[in-house]
Amino acid sequence: MIADLQASAVSQLLASHRPGTERLRVLSAAGQLGFGIVQASFALGIQRRPHFIGCDMGSIDPGPYYLGSGQMAAPKAMVIRDLELVLLAARQLNVPLIIGSAGTAGAKPHLEATLDLLRDIANKHGLSFRVATVASDVPRHLLVSAAQEGRLQALDHSGAALTLPVPDEAQLLSASQVVAQCGTDTFIRALKQMPDVLIAGRSCDTAIFAALPQMLGYDAGLALHMAKIIECTSLCCEPGGRDAILAELGPRDFILESMNPKAHATPSSVAAHALYEQADPWLVEEPEGTLDLQMARYVALDEHRTQVSGAQFVARPYPTLKVEGATYEGARAVLLAGVADPTMISVMPRALDEVCERVRSLVPCVWSMVPHLYGQGAVRSLPSHQKSQHEIGLVIEFLAPDASMAKTVAAVFKQNLLHFGFPGRLTTGGNLAFAFTPSEIDANDCYRFVLYHLLLGVKPEEIFRIDMQTWNFEMVMA
Amino acid sequence: MTQLALPITQLASVIRSKNAGPLCFTVDLFFRDAAAYERAAKSEALQRHAVAHCYGLLPSQVRRFELPDIWAIKLAMPRAVCAGNPGDGDLYGAQQHAPLLSLMV
Repeated sequence: MIADLQASAVSQLLASHRPGTERLRVLSAAGQLGFGIVQASFALGIQRRPHFIGCDMGSIDPGPYYLGSGQMAAPKAMVIRDLELVLLAARQLNVPLIIGSAGTAGAKPHLEATLDLLRDIANKHGLSFRVATVASDVPRHLLVSAAQEGRLQALDHSGAALTLPVPDEAQLLSASQVVAQCGTDTFIRALKQMPDVLIAGRSCDTAIFAALPQMLGYDAGLALHMAKIIECTSLCCEPGGRDAILAELGPRDFILESMNPKAHATPSSVAAHALYEQADPWLVEEPEGTLDLQMARYVALDEHRTQVSGAQFVARPYPTLKVEGATYEGARAVLLAGVADPTMISVMPRALDEVCERVRSLVPCVWSMVPHLYGQGAVRSLPSHQKSQHEIGLVIEFLAPDASMAKTVAAVFKQNLLHFGFPGRLTTGGNLAFAFTPSEIDANDCYRFVLYHLLLGVKPEEIFRIDMQTWNFEMVMA
Repeated sequence: MTQLALPITQLASVIRSKNAGPLCFTVDLFFRDAAAYERAAKSEALQRHAVAHCYGLLPSQVRRFELPDIWAIKLAMPRAVCAGNPGDGDLYGAQQHAPLLSLMV
């Protein structure tokens, strides 16, 4: 195995594969590594001898907590299980393993935690290989000067997105974590270091699967379109699922095939997937340009597989980067209760205001509260005739400088709301129904997104640091 | 010829919502067949101003796409609160399709 270190998995692939001779087999093993790769379909994918294996490990979707706190959204035991599965398979086949958006949010603590877990697995199995890493954390001085020079801008100018103000210098400096999404070009730069495994911090999902094909000379539009679809594994199939998917890329098209025999990639299921989580169904913005899907064609090869062609990539002269940042807001406690008294339900807004005022005089620290009245429009605003009059669920979040203060506020608030008096009150035994005690619960730290913007005029090389490590656990064991 | 309006739930096979980034949510409506799609695409109830009214937004805040090849209509709108920030009630934006479920088209 030591001899293999002479020629890494990436260098062997680049030396041996020629587009037009055989199709490039790309296996997407996980759309969110750490939530349990389906073993049977992954094993079928490995039997097809993929040229490389890719996994997406993160997203902005789980919210600002993960980016801000540096924690992973996936449970550690499952992350270890999934990493072990893909690492062992990639090393056995000696093919590149590429993982993007390490540890959910892809900031420094996420990347380091993912690397630590991978190192433990390598050590346990006595593996030797080379790992390239991409750090996606954005130096604050770059952001401050960009903000001052108007190079930190809203992402969406269509009106169909909420406006997040450009943070000022103090906000940029005090943000807990700020990352940028690296694109295909950065992955290519890292892959040129000829690793066996590439683990990137925050990344465009597409880069995981489009970088190696582009290095091999495949069309950028095709490679990116393929990447865009397979990064969600078999979600593009009917029925959609989380099973591994194989894409076979040729010079003019690619073929999609779920590794679950019951999940079929059909022309309509694949075309429909282009809409998923996209504001615009035809144009996908990448750091290096725009992927245009308007000419994309989807043709059934058989009941299980669909052939895709026609996507076009239009490069832009200067790369643009998407930046994400989260700031610590305070410690959160939540109070959970139900209300079944119609009069109490009808006076609830006033009751919350008055209790708030009372608790402010009792607990003088700086705190805030946000009520969620389930049954009254907590998920979306409800017209009054649709609001429940008979039973509502009350979730109140309290934010305070530390966890003990947040819980103190919640407890005092609970007791005052329970015995809140109002004209016409019949329910003098108490206004709230608790399902359990304590009914005020410590709910971790609270973060908020302060950055979800476009960063212009910064070269990717100024942000994304690439490092190479060689792990040699066989020698340690010998 | 005036057609009798039908519940959208009779015509659609999927009505789903999801974030497209933390500032925007998108609703995808897939229809059962070409006729259902045609009816929905032409319907007043699914034009930008009507959708905006459903969500308490301005017509200029609603993007609308017609995808006749796959019998789908796509809408994109601003979220009320940035995803996951204090006060948000739907982190993934996965339940924001509800106001459209009672439409007659």
